[in-house]
Amino acid sequence: MSGYVEAQLIILCLSVIYAYAIFLPAASGQLNLGAAGFITLGAYASGWLNNADGLGLPMGVGMVLAMLFVGAIGFAISLPILRTRGVYMVLATFAFAEVVSGIAINMEFLGGAAGMPVDAHAPVEIVVAVAVAVVLFCFYFMSTRLGLALRSIHDDENVALLFGVDVRTARVVAFTVGGMLAGLGGAVYGHHYNYVEAQTFNVLLSIYILLYVLLGGTQTAWGPLVGAVFFTVIPEIFRHVAIEMGSDWLADSRFIFFGMFIVLMMVVRPEGVVTRTMQDRCAGFLSGRRGRARRAAE
Amino acid sequence: MAGNVLAVTGLHKSFGGLKVIDEVSFDVARGSRTALIGPNGAGKTTIFNLLTGVYPVDAGSVVLAGSDITDIPSKDRVVHGMSRSFQNIRLMPHLSTVENVMLGQHARAHSLGQLLFPLGLVARNRWRAEAEAALAEAGLDSYPGEVVANLPYGVQKRIEVVRAMISRPQLLLLDEPAAGLNDVETRQLQALLEQVSAIGVTILVVEHDMHFVRNLCDHVVVLNFGRKIFEGSPEEVHRSPVVLEAYLGTDEPGSGEGAAGAA
Repeated sequence: MSGYVEAQLIILCLSVIYAYAIFLPAASGQLNLGAAGFITLGAYASGWLNNADGLGLPMGVGMVLAMLFVGAIGFAISLPILRTRGVYMVLATFAFAEVVSGIAINMEFLGGAAGMPVDAHAPVEIVVAVAVAVVLFCFYFMSTRLGLALRSIHDDENVALLFGVDVRTARVVAFTVGGMLAGLGGAVYGHHYNYVEAQTFNVLLSIYILLYVLLGGTQTAWGPLVGAVFFTVIPEIFRHVAIEMGSDWLADSRFIFFGMFIVLMMVVRPEGVVTRTMQDRCAGFLSGRRGRARRAAE
Repeated sequence: MAGNVLAVTGLHKSFGGLKVIDEVSFDVARGSRTALIGPNGAGKTTIFNLLTGVYPVDAGSVVLAGSDITDIPSKDRVVHGMSRSFQNIRLMPHLSTVENVMLGQHARAHSLGQLLFPLGLVARNRWRAEAEAALAEAGLDSYPGEVVANLPYGVQKRIEVVRAMISRPQLLLLDEPAAGLNDVETRQLQALLEQVSAIGVTILVVEHDMHFVRNLCDHVVVLNFGRKIFEGSPEEVHRSPVVLEAYLGTDEPGSGEGAAGAA
């Protein structure tokens, strides 16, 4: 694997982890623009737990503890944040991320604004393994009765309530578990690049991650995967095409076209690339004629 | 009382200065098919919302199958044996037919183990099988995997009933089930409700279609301006001058059929 491909693969894997972290609350209708905050917490916590001048724990232990730590923070802030709705929730989660960033920059023992080197290195295999595990976990999670409850809350929380769904608890769980996954993503980031700097986890990152999820689609567990792959790979392809065409201007301005593409997607597929109906059609197509014949017989 | 599934006593509800429900009391006998009727704005849907806990009551009590549920949260009432359908269909549009019905099972499956069981990954599990069987019994087995938003209105209405029934209620609340249905769909719905009644589930229905009420119900409670003005069999209601006056706003003796039609 060339260095370029490996670097792209790492970015893709991190994007996928982040996307699923934001997907879990989004599947129940909560918009979380605070991904960067959870990622920052996970990256610094895991790095500090592992570093020799921190606690010096093994990398794996540090990552798991960091995840639990971020989960605890996520749980604590979910209680006030989940009282807000829609755009106010977007603002509240955004504010959370800014607060985290501000604290991290001002902590001397975390290296302050200069950032913090991280001792143990996570090779590409670990990054890929974690991403695959996160994807599998989320597919499992969304297939459970809890996942069904979350999707019901997304559609009509009052009706879900009348059928006995504990709406508040379900949302807290989705938000907290999502926070843990973002924290895990941050931990993997820190250990792969061996350096954590709060400024890299800025609001632009949070916006991108939320876009992966919303443009990928929140109705099925395929959405964030498609969204993250799409967003990571398409701009690179644009760049290669532009270079092939010999136009530096095109290569540099590819984000203009990408931005126009995003607007177009929102117009054409406002519910995301992957919708429930589309998934059913694909499944029907893959199961082939036999399925169609059976349905016709019914 | 042992013979009643539901006992509503002295119910009051105001929104601001507006008294919407004023001292309403009625009982629903076990196994009966009771209708709640009244002109627009009489408070029928408000009563349903008070029964299901969507709004808190100002005064009065609601006793379901012997337990006082007046103050318990909405999400716990289904466990006590109450389930409902909605005036405007409120199925989950992005869920398939079977998944919508499986939501109705939630109150029976909310242990941690059940919540974390991968229903969607295990193709043959008892919950899915139960939901599919319930749909089949209601004659709705043609569309198990379809997203409900794409289905005909009458079909969606019946899926709502199946979803409510799978929570195994003692009392099924139906808010204008026949509204917007054509004759064929109304007959299909009525057949489904006959099945529901036959297995011993009590039905309380808010309905404007008096023809539907007379075909289905054996007891009628009439509301007007938030008060109960009459209670009796469909025939008695049909003949009652009080009810006629409420619907027509005049004491001129009109034909009962006409009044019902206007309702």
